[in-house]
Amino acid sequence: MNTMTEIPTVAEPQAPPAKSKGALDHVIYVLKDNPVTLLAFAMFAVLMAAAVLGPALVPYDPLATNASEALQPPSAAHWFGTDNLGRDVFSRAIVATRLDLLISVAAVALSFVIGSVLGAAAGYWGGWLDVALSRVLDTIMAFPLFVLAMGIVAAMGNTIENIVYATAIINVPFYARLVRAEVNIRREAGFALAAKLAGNTDVRVLAMHIFPNALPPMMVQVSLNLGWAILNAAGLSFIGLGVRPPTAEWGIMVAEGANFIVSGEWWLAIFPGLCLMFAVFTFNLLGDGLRDMVDPRRRT
Amino acid sequence: MLTIKDLAVSFRTRRGEVNAVRGVSFEVAEGETLGIVGESGSGKSVTSYALMRILDAGGRIKAGEAVYSGVDLKRASEREMQGLRGREISMIFQNPRAALNPIRKVGHQIEDVLRRHARADAQNARAKAIEAMEAVKIRDAEARYDAYPFELSGGMCQRIVCAIALACDPKLLIMDEPTTGLDITTQKAVMELVTELIRERSMSSILITHDLGLAAQYCDRIVVMKDGAIVEAGDPVRLFARPGHPYTRKLVDATPREGASIRELLPAEVRTPEPPRRISDEALLSVRDLVKTYAGKSGPVHAVKGVSFDVKAGQSVGLVGESGCGKSTTSSMVVRLLDPTSGQILFAGEDLAKRPSAGFARDPMRAKIQMVFQDATDSLNPRHTSRQTIAEPLRAMAGLRGRARAERIEELADLVGLPRPLLDRFPHQLSGGQKARVGIARAIAVNPDFLVLDEPTAALDVSIQAIVLNLLVDLRARLGMSYLFVSHDLHVVRLLCDHVVVMKGGEIVEQGPTEQVMTAPADPYTAELLEAAPKPPARDAA
Repeated sequence: MNTMTEIPTVAEPQAPPAKSKGALDHVIYVLKDNPVTLLAFAMFAVLMAAAVLGPALVPYDPLATNASEALQPPSAAHWFGTDNLGRDVFSRAIVATRLDLLISVAAVALSFVIGSVLGAAAGYWGGWLDVALSRVLDTIMAFPLFVLAMGIVAAMGNTIENIVYATAIINVPFYARLVRAEVNIRREAGFALAAKLAGNTDVRVLAMHIFPNALPPMMVQVSLNLGWAILNAAGLSFIGLGVRPPTAEWGIMVAEGANFIVSGEWWLAIFPGLCLMFAVFTFNLLGDGLRDMVDPRRRT
Repeated sequence: MLTIKDLAVSFRTRRGEVNAVRGVSFEVAEGETLGIVGESGSGKSVTSYALMRILDAGGRIKAGEAVYSGVDLKRASEREMQGLRGREISMIFQNPRAALNPIRKVGHQIEDVLRRHARADAQNARAKAIEAMEAVKIRDAEARYDAYPFELSGGMCQRIVCAIALACDPKLLIMDEPTTGLDITTQKAVMELVTELIRERSMSSILITHDLGLAAQYCDRIVVMKDGAIVEAGDPVRLFARPGHPYTRKLVDATPREGASIRELLPAEVRTPEPPRRISDEALLSVRDLVKTYAGKSGPVHAVKGVSFDVKAGQSVGLVGESGCGKSTTSSMVVRLLDPTSGQILFAGEDLAKRPSAGFARDPMRAKIQMVFQDATDSLNPRHTSRQTIAEPLRAMAGLRGRARAERIEELADLVGLPRPLLDRFPHQLSGGQKARVGIARAIAVNPDFLVLDEPTAALDVSIQAIVLNLLVDLRARLGMSYLFVSHDLHVVRLLCDHVVVMKGGEIVEQGPTEQVMTAPADPYTAELLEAAPKPPARDAA
């Protein structure tokens, strides 16, 4: 017997059927809607291109020294000039993109994951777990973060992985706090209760229903954090921790070039500095666009 | 006093210009109360916002005129408007809690408006604010002056909002759904207070509401709005007795009232006979001495103090009471989202109270007891489409996959009358009634025996409420479910339920067959609840 036939009910006034829009359409819409977002993504594309294709495109070997060409000002042959060992600053600045992006993206991804898990657990279950986690995170935040990162790298050893770990650790509290707050306000929301009634366990309700709703504000945090992470990695290199010469890295290049500014060879430090600024600026601009893309409510 | 002619308001949106109000004309005479009635999206609130010139960004008055005592509201400068707002025209908003600043003492908020319009100075502001609070019959105003909004009940907050609105003796008061979200007894108290004050001060007022019954009771004249235009205007008794426009007739029909059966809420053309159903003599659910006590800051809080009632298989039981009476706590325990302090919940012979709610999601009984939530918007995950929402219980409890699941989802959509194309929409792309249908489809997806309905129509327009209530009646007959219908409105409960349980202060004050409780209430509190519901004027039998 088929009990599931249609019950004739009174039709409500209906909106005209909307075209169902895919995720890609939505991304295109967000880009079109806000020229700043479009600009940010264009800048991001430039950065990505430099990171992926950079080493293949640059005119000179970033590590090749040439004593006869040392400290040349910018010219047609050397767009950004050459450094004290005659290496091409342009090639070095472009090649450095890959390493700097790698460090920051890896660090941010790591802190995103750890912070999300800790924050979501604290926000959902509360109680002593929340108290304990929150105090630990507060303790981390109580340190001057850059000094903490210096300490971690100095203690664990001077490697690129340790820069990533140090940068991740100092960023975890920001994610954890944000996620904790976002999860906490949705813990008792109707849709979370409904998900429990639908037979979902607590972990699943948290992971599949509550956490995704915290993504839009997280995206803003991620993009700002990418900028910070790059600055942080460059800062550590600047003071001689982490990446070591002769590796091409913006922080080291600025550090090495700084000595030459007084004697008039400004191009050594300025150009890698500008690259750094470009990257940080790009990530800061990216935030709002990313948020709009992951928020289904922005779709019509 | 206020004349509006061909007022048109439009909003710029992503999909082009939307005309929210198109050519509305009405007048409000001195001392008159005008009701603007319409469902959500009819442009009734936008009309009032346009008068106050507080339209959202992107909104503008496109055409027409609005003149208040010789002042052209359309052309007045922002400075002039600031002088008018609060002093000449003031407004009471829908959600009193949202209308008050949560981190400022209520007394200070009253002082703000008094001082803004130079009705008080630093010396006498406190005294005048307390005077204004006493005017809205707040007992112990001196002490309440220092309260923050969260320390006050909803009704008390609305009184404070009234005090703010009336502090500077405005000539015109605009009330935008002043009692939505308040209990029915509080609604009556607030409405009576406001009408009395309006009469005392011989003010004019505009009451904006979706409740035709409420408007009929308190207004001298009513205009009915639909899609940004006025479809009918007239005095309330005439509108009810002889609605001229089909839309007005539909609204009149859909308003729950004494003597009307649930099918009579629907327009006459689509009425079908009420399907027969069988009520068994055996209890499906027996609640025995259920107690819930919370540890509060100042001693234990007794939310539910030992309630007992039965729901027979196929029966619908109404659980009625004001907010804070423990009805929601009781339903949360029954649906196993909350553990009782003591007592039994016998479901088909088994005591569910013994099984902790934390692990109940994996219990085989989970599929048997489901719930429809009060706020359809809040109960749907904003990131899930309707299809994903309905799929959730099917995946987790019925273990349906792929094709079988897709088919079942479409079957459920048909069952609750949700057009299939809407399955791929997100909640914010659906109307209130459509969201309610998604919520119901999710609840009945795994064929539960018992459904807790927590005010499923509280946030809906009356015509949608009528449709949803009738849908619930059809589903009950078709699927043989039992309902526990939680509500504060006895007149809605009467339409759907066979048996009524009235709660007050965590205890059951009365229970019995619906007809008996409604016609001859044994407890004075039940009588008070019945009395508080708005009484729409009688309508013609024809």
